Amino acid sequence: MADFIQLLVAGLATGGIYALVAIGFTLLWQTSQTINFAQGEFVMLPAFFILIAMGAFGVPFWGAVVIGILVSAIVLGVLFKRLLVDPMIRHGVLPLAIATMALALFLKEAAKDFYSAEAQPFPPLAADINVSFLGATVALQSLIVLAIALAAVIALQFFLNRTQTGRMMQATAQNPNVARILGIPVDRMILIAFIINAVLAALASALVTPIYLAKFSNGEYLGIAAFIAAIVGGFNQVRGAIVGGLLLGVVDNFAAAYLSAQYRAAIPLILLIMVILFRPQGLLGRLEERTV
Amino acid sequence: MNSRVLGAAAGLAIIAALIAAPFGLKPYGIYILTLWAVTTIAAIGLNLTLGYAGQISLAQGAFVGIGAYAAALLTTHGWPLGSAYVVAAVACFAIGWLLGYPALRVQHHYLAFVTLAFSTLVYLVFRNEEWITGGIYGISNIPRPSLFGYLLRSPRDFYYFCLGNLVLVSLAAWWLIRSPWGRAFVALRENPLRALSLGVDTRRYTLMAFALGAGLGGISGVLYAPLVQYIDPTPFSLLLSLNLLLMVIVGGSGYFFGPFVGAIIAVLLPEWLQAASKYYLFYYAAFVMGLLIVSPSGIIGFFEKRFTAMRKVEPPPTPPTEVKVA
Repeated sequence: MADFIQLLVAGLATGGIYALVAIGFTLLWQTSQTINFAQGEFVMLPAFFILIAMGAFGVPFWGAVVIGILVSAIVLGVLFKRLLVDPMIRHGVLPLAIATMALALFLKEAAKDFYSAEAQPFPPLAADINVSFLGATVALQSLIVLAIALAAVIALQFFLNRTQTGRMMQATAQNPNVARILGIPVDRMILIAFIINAVLAALASALVTPIYLAKFSNGEYLGIAAFIAAIVGGFNQVRGAIVGGLLLGVVDNFAAAYLSAQYRAAIPLILLIMVILFRPQGLLGRLEERTV
Repeated sequence: MNSRVLGAAAGLAIIAALIAAPFGLKPYGIYILTLWAVTTIAAIGLNLTLGYAGQISLAQGAFVGIGAYAAALLTTHGWPLGSAYVVAAVACFAIGWLLGYPALRVQHHYLAFVTLAFSTLVYLVFRNEEWITGGIYGISNIPRPSLFGYLLRSPRDFYYFCLGNLVLVSLAAWWLIRSPWGRAFVALRENPLRALSLGVDTRRYTLMAFALGAGLGGISGVLYAPLVQYIDPTPFSLLLSLNLLLMVIVGGSGYFFGPFVGAIIAVLLPEWLQAASKYYLFYYAAFVMGLLIVSPSGIIGFFEKRFTAMRKVEPPPTPPTEVKVA
């Protein structure tokens, strides 16, 4: 039982990070039909922004995190939309998706060539201590990660449901044409979605990098995990991405502990294929109407 | 001049250059050229799936891997390479057919994820099933094949063998694209619903597009194993599938010569640009993004557009005619 709780908490912590990345992924899809194959790299890169802020400019860690998030919002939010998505979107969903695959390669190579090919140490969020909890020992770090991820998700839900801008974004996602008729600045709403995505990715980066170290290849698995979380939960639902992320983190941890360490990476993939085959709209999603 | 004659002359000149090429090259140069031919075969297969039938696949690298492991396992156990062709082509065709089933159910972007998941699963099998694939230690001492009793040991002989394969595959693809099948593929890409309403069995052709593309991936792998003579799981990771996809896109998906051009950019160009080799992938990725923004139909699409724009005679301005309402 103690083992079970330990794995559950660790799984939820990882899942919370996946959820942050997956939410941004679904936001981009809903507001602008962008499928971002570079999503994993969007999590890999901010860690390097943070390291540069600390290393080159001597900013203390939490200040560097803030700078990392701001730089990400500009580079991975505004510039990503203006330089790649805006010119590509008129060519259709698929060419844009392929362009983001090239972007993933570009960001990965940039981090490798211009920073380092070696894994870089990254400061931990909390001292390496354990907390006793229902007879299980749980790492404080896991609890902090889970708390920050949950706080971010709640803040986002509040923003989307309770503020005027958030409601306008939802309208944009549901029907851009009607939203435009109602006087909603659709393009600005889409831009906000891109910035939110970049901020969530940067936050996930600060949470996940102490565990994995900062390495150019970090995005490979994180990106796939975000896709899986988004699809399993439901591609067109923010709360689907949350459920998908948490579920994936837990499944991932239990599979590694109880099934097979070698095929640990296979379990989420099989989950993905099953969901796509038998419930393509995702566990919480609703069917999208077919466009001709 | 008749463009058809011009095209045939250009084609012959290219084939002559490819036959003459190994005489001016060191063994490493011949190796790279052979690698180009082998890669092009896989890209032609993906072009059938992606370019003609419009079904995105991130699994082509996995099929190359299946073909390569089939060839490595069979030939190191004393079977001739011909048996590997049969096994790889049949296995990849069948798996590709099965992988097409999700394509019937979901929209194209989901398909990218299904094939991506498949690709990663295949990689895990190569790495973990040590009893058959040798795991991370791989399979070494893969023999070169012999043709009519003549052992194709030297790089040049094996290059000609692969070039011959490429020519045969190209001819088959050329024929296929012009056959009713190829036309059905294009109909599927352009508008699946319309194709269906015109009586095209979209279900069968979607599966067929996947299966044929996968089969060619397998054949590419069959040639890859004896070329490098040692295989391990690393080259068949998701990165290969991604590279093959970008290759087809860069060359021009849906154009017959797209895969050839794409493979030149992805395989030969990095060798010519040795000086920039450390940053090559960085520049390459930037180039692909720029190209996609300017011309999503790749390099061939870009030149075709320029060419037709140049040739087009400015039509005389039509005088505004009064529309009479009956």
